[in-house]
Amino acid sequence: MNPLVPMIASTVVAATPLIYAALGETVVERSGVLNLGIEGMMLIGAVSGFAATHATGNDAAGFVAAAFAGVALSLIFGFLTLNLQTNQVATGLALTLFGIGLSAFVGYNYAGLPVNRLEPITIPGLTTIPVLGDLLFHYDIMVYLSIALFLGVQWFLTKSRAGLTLRAIGESPGVAHAIGKSVLTTRYLAVMFGGATAGIAGAYLSLVQTPMWVEGMSAGKGWIALALVVFGTWKPTRVVIGAYLFGGVTQFQLFAQGFGLPIPTEFLSMLPYAATIIVLVIICRDPKTILLNQPASLGRSFHSAA
Amino acid sequence: MLRLERRATPSSIMSVVSPVLAAIGMLVTGFLLFKLLGQDPVEAFYLFFIKPLSTTYGIGELLLKTTPLLLCGLGLALGFRANVWNIGAEGQLTMGAIAGGGVALWFGDSDSSFAMPVMLLAGILGGMAWAAIPAFLRTRFNTNEILVTLMLVYIAQLALSWLVHGPWRDPQGQNYPQSQGFGDAETMSVLISGTRVTWGIVYALGLALVAWIFSQKTFAGFRMQVAGLAPAAAAYAGFSEKRNIWIALMLCGATAGLAGICEVAGPIGRLQQQISPGYGFAAIIVAWIGRLHPIGVVFGALLMSLLYLGGESAQMGMGLPSAITGLFQGLLLFYLLAADLFITFRLKRIAPAERTAVKPTARVESTA
Amino acid sequence: MDQSGFADLKPRLVLTGITKRYPSVVANDDVSLSVRPGEIHAVLGENGAGKSTLMKIIYGVTKPDAGTIMWNGLYETITAPSQARRMGIGMVFQHFSLFETLTVWENIALALDEPVATAKLATQITEVSERYGLPIDPYRLVHSMSVGERQRVEIVRCLLQEPKLLIMDEPTSVLTPQAVLILFKTLRRLASEGCSILYISHKLDEIRALCDTATVLRGGRVSGGAIPRNETNESLARLMIGGELAECHLTPREAKEVRLDVEHLTLATPDPFGTSLKDISLNVRSGEILGIAGVSGNGQKELMTALSGERPSTSGSMIRLFGQPVGHLNPAQRRALGLTFVPEERLGRGAVPPMSLAYNALLTGARKGMVQRGIIHPAVMKTFSKNVIERFKVKCGDEQSVASSLSGGNLQKFIVGRETMLQPKMMIVAQPTWGVDVGAAQLIRQALIDLRDQGVAILVISEELDELFTISDRLAVLAAGRLSPSVKPAETSIEQIGIWMSGKFGDHASDSTASVNSHMETAHAQA
Repeated sequence: MNPLVPMIASTVVAATPLIYAALGETVVERSGVLNLGIEGMMLIGAVSGFAATHATGNDAAGFVAAAFAGVALSLIFGFLTLNLQTNQVATGLALTLFGIGLSAFVGYNYAGLPVNRLEPITIPGLTTIPVLGDLLFHYDIMVYLSIALFLGVQWFLTKSRAGLTLRAIGESPGVAHAIGKSVLTTRYLAVMFGGATAGIAGAYLSLVQTPMWVEGMSAGKGWIALALVVFGTWKPTRVVIGAYLFGGVTQFQLFAQGFGLPIPTEFLSMLPYAATIIVLVIICRDPKTILLNQPASLGRSFHSAA
Repeated sequence: MLRLERRATPSSIMSVVSPVLAAIGMLVTGFLLFKLLGQDPVEAFYLFFIKPLSTTYGIGELLLKTTPLLLCGLGLALGFRANVWNIGAEGQLTMGAIAGGGVALWFGDSDSSFAMPVMLLAGILGGMAWAAIPAFLRTRFNTNEILVTLMLVYIAQLALSWLVHGPWRDPQGQNYPQSQGFGDAETMSVLISGTRVTWGIVYALGLALVAWIFSQKTFAGFRMQVAGLAPAAAAYAGFSEKRNIWIALMLCGATAGLAGICEVAGPIGRLQQQISPGYGFAAIIVAWIGRLHPIGVVFGALLMSLLYLGGESAQMGMGLPSAITGLFQGLLLFYLLAADLFITFRLKRIAPAERTAVKPTARVESTA
Repeated sequence: MDQSGFADLKPRLVLTGITKRYPSVVANDDVSLSVRPGEIHAVLGENGAGKSTLMKIIYGVTKPDAGTIMWNGLYETITAPSQARRMGIGMVFQHFSLFETLTVWENIALALDEPVATAKLATQITEVSERYGLPIDPYRLVHSMSVGERQRVEIVRCLLQEPKLLIMDEPTSVLTPQAVLILFKTLRRLASEGCSILYISHKLDEIRALCDTATVLRGGRVSGGAIPRNETNESLARLMIGGELAECHLTPREAKEVRLDVEHLTLATPDPFGTSLKDISLNVRSGEILGIAGVSGNGQKELMTALSGERPSTSGSMIRLFGQPVGHLNPAQRRALGLTFVPEERLGRGAVPPMSLAYNALLTGARKGMVQRGIIHPAVMKTFSKNVIERFKVKCGDEQSVASSLSGGNLQKFIVGRETMLQPKMMIVAQPTWGVDVGAAQLIRQALIDLRDQGVAILVISEELDELFTISDRLAVLAAGRLSPSVKPAETSIEQIGIWMSGKFGDHASDSTASVNSHMETAHAQA
């Protein structure tokens, strides 16, 4: 069979968790909040999804549980940074460390267990088309939902009134507060949305991509999602394109093996991380790019002086 | 009804009290956690905090783990004060281990008295070289160092993995992913008999003193502090932002690299896949608990070291997963950040009657 | 007898006994005032008197600790700006509440409580703005607009909601003299339609020209009421500061050698929202003060950072200090040559907020013995800062007080004092008395004049025209990144400067004509 098809298919599968996590973080950062805790929330989502599916035999239950778990963790972050004005960078790091530790702790008994994998769907008539059928219509439902999520986030940010409010808060929360917008509520909702998507992204890893639970199984995908937001200059379309490019890079190992390249596996595994660095350098080079695109209040605490 | 009100000046008392409050918060949560797990909390606490310190060997282990935490923490504290967010100390530690360990392997079983000094130097330089990458990218290309240093952690760990699986694997090691054991002259000697403590702790404490002098007494330390507190003021004063970034990252790299070589040349005695249970990340918390102050970092490192020992002890004594350490670390940082709130804000009770003006319902005619 | 002419109308807004306390100061202490429909009521007071706090209370941003508010005869508790707007109160802030990266209509849409279709909103914006003489294009991005145009957006945003009370907080500091007249026309028109106006300002001439009635605040309390038309500047000043407004005087001097020489300085700005400098030439001599006027946003920040060294110039020879090219030198290096400068922002740039005054002295004073061989000498820092505090009458705990605990005026005095006591040969000051109380402003202006008399060359960049007319030997205008030729204050007028502020100063790119003229005058006088 044409080796290109499974390569492209695996790229899509690799990109999907990145899409969920990065789209969520895009919304969070557009509201002015920097949440570095994605890695921790992803792992919590992964273990929760795995545990729920293992208990019920139902993958949908797994994804829902993962979303809730992500939201729960994000609320800790929200309370600390939004109500208590803690430093966002430090709190995000704390969230990651806590998430890594908690997920390893909870997942201790789940290591090595099997689980119901979420199977790809089959659409009668479309999936059976040669080549195109496998390329476009033979993925699991979460892939298609990720595209729907992209369209939803794009519409929300660019066309909706609530999205306009969110963007304004991200640029200048002081001004938004002065004209009567509730900065706290909007940011809380954004942070919770980011938590849900990060949780779902994690569950995708443990229920579809691998599928099993291993301690620390996201291996830095949360950080890559953060880089994707910068790479996409905080615009959903570019973020999604970046996710697919990165999906391809993470799958390069398979390509290399498929083409018989004699490079040690460790070096191939380094590629996504090295690519992330290169991409960041390119984007950040021109200070104008950041000045024009980065939400002006990103990472700064907001205290409404009463 | 309570309200948060900004203080006129930050409270220095709370600066010292909040880490204590955070530790108490962590302990209380830990207590509840153990109860939830069906363990006897008192026995768990004994296993976690008391038992590890009950023997000389135990104290030695405490000092042993304090060494890399203190070394990394000192560099990180300096960097954070200057607004340089080095999250990748773990990677610089790994590179220091690789560089120093490589020198050790090259010396083999040689008796040379040059071996150890050269190894230590190589470790320091290895960490510095790895930290030079984010320094260069930030000063030359404006690239934010948080993600760069993190990515470099994964790359460094993969490099180590390749080395111990491939070119540096011990031919007599039954295919284990580890290097040959270092020779006698290439291993750090034990300082206190009955323990595994090496010179590393002496280097670390000495560096704490140097760091204190640097940040309090020197103009260079002042410049870095201003850069962290008010970057526009640093520019106004003509303090070079680039120079501050390089100094901060080079110091971080040096201390982390030293930590790395002290680990592999000390208790570990060889290069292997896992050389650090996340010291570089835990050191971030150490720096914060220590209020970014060298003396505070010493205490923070001791506390964090105790958490590590406690995790191991709980694993052996109660069958709990070692990840419990990570849980406690995260909890501690959460509580610390929350307790820090009271340095800049205070709680004020607002009596309900004070808040609003009188509001009679009848329309009142007012005369002009 | 009430001469204001509104005797027959019932008051629209009545404040009684308003009090607001903050941890370090009582902002409003038992303040009462009343405003009738169609009345333009001034709230007069110097910086720090409590005017802004009072307005925030009326607009619902802040809640008072005591006192009542009556609106159209009913007691009201105003808990949020949205409620104030629904009641019919509009406010144009001193510091605009606009989102720079959004368009005019997006900014206005955000402030509206009910959604309106874009096209309909755009039409409304165009119509209302033109009706009141302040035309704006709804689809323009705010960051591309001048400060004066942005204020129009703020005003139109209020007007769209048909306010019954319009609060204007220090509106004219961002306007050219001509634009001020246009604003007054708009406000008079609004008043004639029955809208009440609260006009916050410390500019006595404007208040006497525009306002019907005035309430004067001093130190948080009402020190009196007045009918501005019947008062003089002196009588109003007496109410405002409790004493006489001391005047600074410049005795004419002959300026000596050129200390700062800028030739054809052209610098593109990296900030997408900034202003590029175009072909700027100027010189400042020993013993003279050159004042640069201009509304903010015309390149003042960029000129300052180019001259101070915070932004190095690409070609080193465009800027010469004491004859040497310095374009490539950083601020510390330029300080070593004898240049000091006082920046626009006090906290965060001129001083480090959480550090003590002693350590803030170290910020620029390292060369004065505070640092020897890399080691800090705290005793020298202490002595130096104590001297500054004493000579410049800085009100603070002592030299260990942190910078953020000082009031604006006192911190400004400290910074000016610090830079003065570094014994400069040339000094650049941006916005010397912005947000500073009258006493401190007086001291600072006199300090600059004293320095000038000692032979220091001084460059002052300021938005306050009155101030520049008082203390400058020569005046120039910065407009859209270009600099006008310089003139003596006596040879020009506020109107002329106003015209120059809109960029119409002809093709004179260099100072040569002006300096030729002054040379001839000096020769004439000596003859």
